[in-house]
Amino acid sequence: MNVSLFFTQLANGIGAGAIYASLALALVLIFRTTGLLNFAQGEMALFSTYVTWWLWDQGAPILVAILVSVALSFAGGAVIERVVIRPVEAASPLIVVIVTLGMFLALNALTQVVFGTDAKQLASVFPRRVFDLGGVRLSAQTLGLVGVLVVECVLLWIVFQRTKVGLALRAVASNPTSARLVGISVGRMLMVGWALAAALGALAGSLVVPATEALTASSMQAILVFAFAGAALGGFDSPLGAVVGGLVVGVANALTIEYLEPLRDVELLVPFGIILGVLLVRPAGLFGTQRVERV
Amino acid sequence: MPARPTPLRRAGPAVAALAVLAVLAWLPQYYGSTQTALFGRAIAFAVAALGLNLLTGYNGQVSIGHGAFFGFGAYTTAILMKDHDWPFLATLPVVAVAGLVVGAAVGFPALRVKGLYLALVTLGLAALFPDLVTRFVRGTGGTTLVQIPKVTAPGWATGFAPQDDQWRYYLVLAVAAVLALLAWNLVRGRFGRALIAVREHEAAAATVGIDLARVKVSAFAVSAAYAAVAGSLLVLVTGLANAGRVETFQLSIDFLVIIVIGGIGTVLGPIVGAWLFVFLEDWTKQVFPDTPLLSPALFGVALILFVYVLPDGLIGGARRVTRRLRRRPPPDGTRATPHPEVNPA
Repeated sequence: MNVSLFFTQLANGIGAGAIYASLALALVLIFRTTGLLNFAQGEMALFSTYVTWWLWDQGAPILVAILVSVALSFAGGAVIERVVIRPVEAASPLIVVIVTLGMFLALNALTQVVFGTDAKQLASVFPRRVFDLGGVRLSAQTLGLVGVLVVECVLLWIVFQRTKVGLALRAVASNPTSARLVGISVGRMLMVGWALAAALGALAGSLVVPATEALTASSMQAILVFAFAGAALGGFDSPLGAVVGGLVVGVANALTIEYLEPLRDVELLVPFGIILGVLLVRPAGLFGTQRVERV
Repeated sequence: MPARPTPLRRAGPAVAALAVLAVLAWLPQYYGSTQTALFGRAIAFAVAALGLNLLTGYNGQVSIGHGAFFGFGAYTTAILMKDHDWPFLATLPVVAVAGLVVGAAVGFPALRVKGLYLALVTLGLAALFPDLVTRFVRGTGGTTLVQIPKVTAPGWATGFAPQDDQWRYYLVLAVAAVLALLAWNLVRGRFGRALIAVREHEAAAATVGIDLARVKVSAFAVSAAYAAVAGSLLVLVTGLANAGRVETFQLSIDFLVIIVIGGIGTVLGPIVGAWLFVFLEDWTKQVFPDTPLLSPALFGVALILFVYVLPDGLIGGARRVTRRLRRRPPPDGTRATPHPEVNPA
């Protein structure tokens, strides 16, 4: 077995996994606050990424474009929660699925109506360098993505554990009724949860697209499935789980594609298998809270 | 208790169905081939939506993977016809049985996985399917596109279907009529009551002796078979099978749009919804030829608005209105009533 090839693939997997982890974090944030799976998360990130592209295309430096897009997405996420999600907050799973899929459909098409259907090229924040460490090829992109993930985690940890807003967010996630009784505006906290998720998605999208290929309307659909697999593996209510799950999914996929020849084109078999396996065997995931169901 | 329905009242739905069928049969005599293809598409979509509605509307299990079953049926028919020279109708039983088997296989996880999580599994299926097609299907010029040999009208049919596309439309209509009748009977019988009971309260359903596992898995199987046959029907109309990632996702969502617009948990809803959907889609494409993607955007918004404003769809809403006008008590639970959360009234 070629050791350096193995480690190169491992590194690639971790780089991809960092993106899946970011998006999985966004899914977990929404699940913790509003208790629903946001099937439109990928398309929200897609729209944000197009905004990044547009700003960059207008002449803004790529870093500025990303930051502005993240800020706009933060606001957009709050608006979506307030306008679209709030009315169906306590509805059945069917309704929630329908509404988020409506957003999926509308955002995907809207992106193409607004920005055009042709593939876009987006600049990368990271230099196009590849380090060679004794045969193991490690790209600056991979290092950068992992670095961004670490920064995200630290920032989220600070927000959740060291600020008043974070305390309120945790209170709402653990018990909305009690949170409301002690004077926390639950609605506002749900908006913050969605806003944070949209911002995370914007960042993940803007960083991943230059890594893969051109930006098109279907850029996010596979990534969303990977992110869901990561979130399922880690447990839908565990941020730590999302990070670990996302990375594991990235690595598992990279290694499967490298070493299992017949599966090379069937890219999504690994995340599908993980989703199915985890939900069947251990629905709470690795780090999630076990649910007790009363009949 | 209302009086027992008279034979005439009982015959009402049958008469109405025959009248609709007559109109549908007359359509290709009057309209040209472009319109006929559109009608065929609407009917194929109606069949898929009927199947999805059995699962989602009557049994309460959400699937966003029906685009995959649809594509599965489409490819099965296309490959059997192209590579093995099967006639179209002979492929249908194979597609139906294969659809049942695949549906049951996907349905088994549904015994443990519920609600949003089941939707997630089916989403994964819709995402996975195009990859499998890319891997295993070798169509025209190495692409995933499979074109079928042209289906022509037999000699004895020239009286009513002189054109081949008319003949193909009648094939689609005949198969769809049989499937619609089957669905109508299914939901009004023992199986339909079991579906609704499981949707409303699993524990209560189990208490009265309903085998939860069997009902859920069969619902998935039957629903998938409907979607698969619908895929075959569309292949007959368009002449080719294809499955891109975007298209498979979109089809799955389209079917949901159709049943939500038409009316969840009704037999008529998916049929009305499918016609409305296909024609609105075509209409927006003609009015705004420069932005072909406007219709999915509008349907996405419509989907959300319907959930807020008319959660039981056009058919459910119309029924509520007529019921209020006639001042009759609502029908008992064995009838196809909309989902309780869907219908606050």
